[in-house]
Amino acid sequence: MNVVVDLLTTQYTYALFALLMGIGLYMMVASENLVKKVIGLNVFQTALFLFFVSSAYVVGGSAPIVPSGASGRFVSPLPQVIVLTAIVVGVALTAVALSLIVRIYGEYGTLREEALREVRADE
Amino acid sequence: MSDATLAPIGLIVVPIIAAALSLAAGLVRDRSGWMVALAALLVEAVLMIWLVDAVYRGPGRLVHELGAYGRPGSDGFAVGIELVADELSVLVVVLISVVSLGVLAISRRGGPRGNAFYSAYLLLAGGLMGVSLTGDLFNMFVFLEIVGLATYTLVAADRSAESAVAALKYLLIGTTGASLFLVGVGYLFLATGTLNMADLAAMLAGEPSFVEEALYGDTLVVAGFGFITAGLLVKSAIFPLHTWQPDAYSAAADSVTVYISALASTVAAYAFARVMLTVFTPAFFEVNPIAATAIVTLASVSIVAGSVLAVMQRRVKRMLAYSSVSQFGLIIAAIGIAVHPAAVDAGIPFAGIERTAAEFAVIGTAIHLVGHGLIKGGLFAAVGTIARTEGARTVAEYAELGRRAPVRSAAIAVLALALVGVPPTVGFLGKWYIALGAVGAGLWPLAVVIFASTVLTLTYVARLLERLYFTPRSVALPDRVAADGGTAAAGEPISPTVGAIVVIVLATIGVVALGFAGTEVTEALDPFIAEVFNS
Repeated sequence: MNVVVDLLTTQYTYALFALLMGIGLYMMVASENLVKKVIGLNVFQTALFLFFVSSAYVVGGSAPIVPSGASGRFVSPLPQVIVLTAIVVGVALTAVALSLIVRIYGEYGTLREEALREVRADE
Repeated sequence: MSDATLAPIGLIVVPIIAAALSLAAGLVRDRSGWMVALAALLVEAVLMIWLVDAVYRGPGRLVHELGAYGRPGSDGFAVGIELVADELSVLVVVLISVVSLGVLAISRRGGPRGNAFYSAYLLLAGGLMGVSLTGDLFNMFVFLEIVGLATYTLVAADRSAESAVAALKYLLIGTTGASLFLVGVGYLFLATGTLNMADLAAMLAGEPSFVEEALYGDTLVVAGFGFITAGLLVKSAIFPLHTWQPDAYSAAADSVTVYISALASTVAAYAFARVMLTVFTPAFFEVNPIAATAIVTLASVSIVAGSVLAVMQRRVKRMLAYSSVSQFGLIIAAIGIAVHPAAVDAGIPFAGIERTAAEFAVIGTAIHLVGHGLIKGGLFAAVGTIARTEGARTVAEYAELGRRAPVRSAAIAVLALALVGVPPTVGFLGKWYIALGAVGAGLWPLAVVIFASTVLTLTYVARLLERLYFTPRSVALPDRVAADGGTAAAGEPISPTVGAIVVIVLATIGVVALGFAGTEVTEALDPFIAEVFNS
């Protein structure tokens, strides 16, 4: 029991990462709505950002911007760079996904997967 | 400048800059994108030849440190990102460069022609080069996403509503795959503190002075392996993660289908081979033999399921798409054999030299990656122009095409037989080495699957060939005109473009010629094999 409490109080960001990842994946699979699927994808990717940022965390560390000659504790800069890059990738993907959804809506007049399948089966 | 380590940078940067140029040129003149793409890809071809010369005939493995941060410290860890060109990656680079030029020739007349299309096209070429040449895991993720983004837009470039749906499906599944890959990379990073592939391999093996023992049994590392495998298997369309692929292939414009079928999954499978052979190395699988068994099992299921689904298809494009599921199963299986503990020590004397089953599997992987890319690219190119000029899209509509489109039909026949693995084609060569590896390692179920899949492949290929040459049209298609959507029904027959025919014929000749190149490829790959198995 103590182990669990310890884990939840000190490492809760990792638990949150797993939870968010699960929620995001579930949204993508279970939601009927195409926009919600994309939101699910975003939640999934945000979980990843949280994972990398928490892996960089050092108790009492400050942002890794180091003026020459300075000393002290800094958080690890590499995961932060990874997150920055991953955010850019995520934004680009969301933009492409939404533009595709706009086109699908224009063609079929629906955002629901089920209705879309029916419309396409009729053609 | 005669430093060949500059070639990898050029190969990645030139198409990406040209992609921006293509968009800018569109502001000045419409439809100038093709010229920009041609110029960029010709530069690529020159750089590719330079790299081939340096790697195969010169010093071998080339490393370029971006930013020249070097490897400071006693353990010599890389600080910046490294680009690595070795015998395996250059093989893929050659394929990308050749196929890019070929597809450009087809799309001159056939494909979408806007400047935005060529911009995405060049971006895709740059991304593919990046995946092949990077020596850094996170960098690989970024390039995989560039490849993904460019592919999604290219699939949707066909303007039809169907292609938008296929592209969105591809986007959702493909991005999930790439994100899973990133989770795996994150786990490895937490376990080792580095992202450089060579350093990661050293850390996992416990080589640096501050590491007490090998990390192969570490839970984090094993979990990382799981995530990376799942992510890359999505990207290479392995059953049951393949569902995006048939839709994307059949809904995309013809020239796009050629490009992505020849390269997108190929590069993902290459990435898988690279991570398994270079980062995890066979030593990881000796500690976790179940991991190798899992890869081989998943791949075997994919081989059979892909073939069975292909047999069931009516549309030729979908049939070929499902056949890719099966063929990539074969490639992933080969990678699984290459790292399988049972294969590493199993020696087979062949052609005077004794090699292990694992070495044969590596050779098979490399040959089948390149060979399948050429075969599928050529097939989709032929099928695409036939759909355009003859209006034939289903297997039934292919009746008597052997008389009406003799050159393309002959090309389809040769390429399809290469897909089955009939000698003397590259399809036979790849399958031969892989089967040799499977038998040598004593993985009998897999060997049975490979031979069974050959029969299944023959089933759907024979059906197509029978239509092409032996079925009279009147019997097969009483009302063909209504079915073809008006392209050929307009009365005037459309003739295929010269570019497309030349590309199809060259692909066919290449597939047969490479069937004789087994020894050359083997010798070219030897340094890479030595590095994987003797380190």
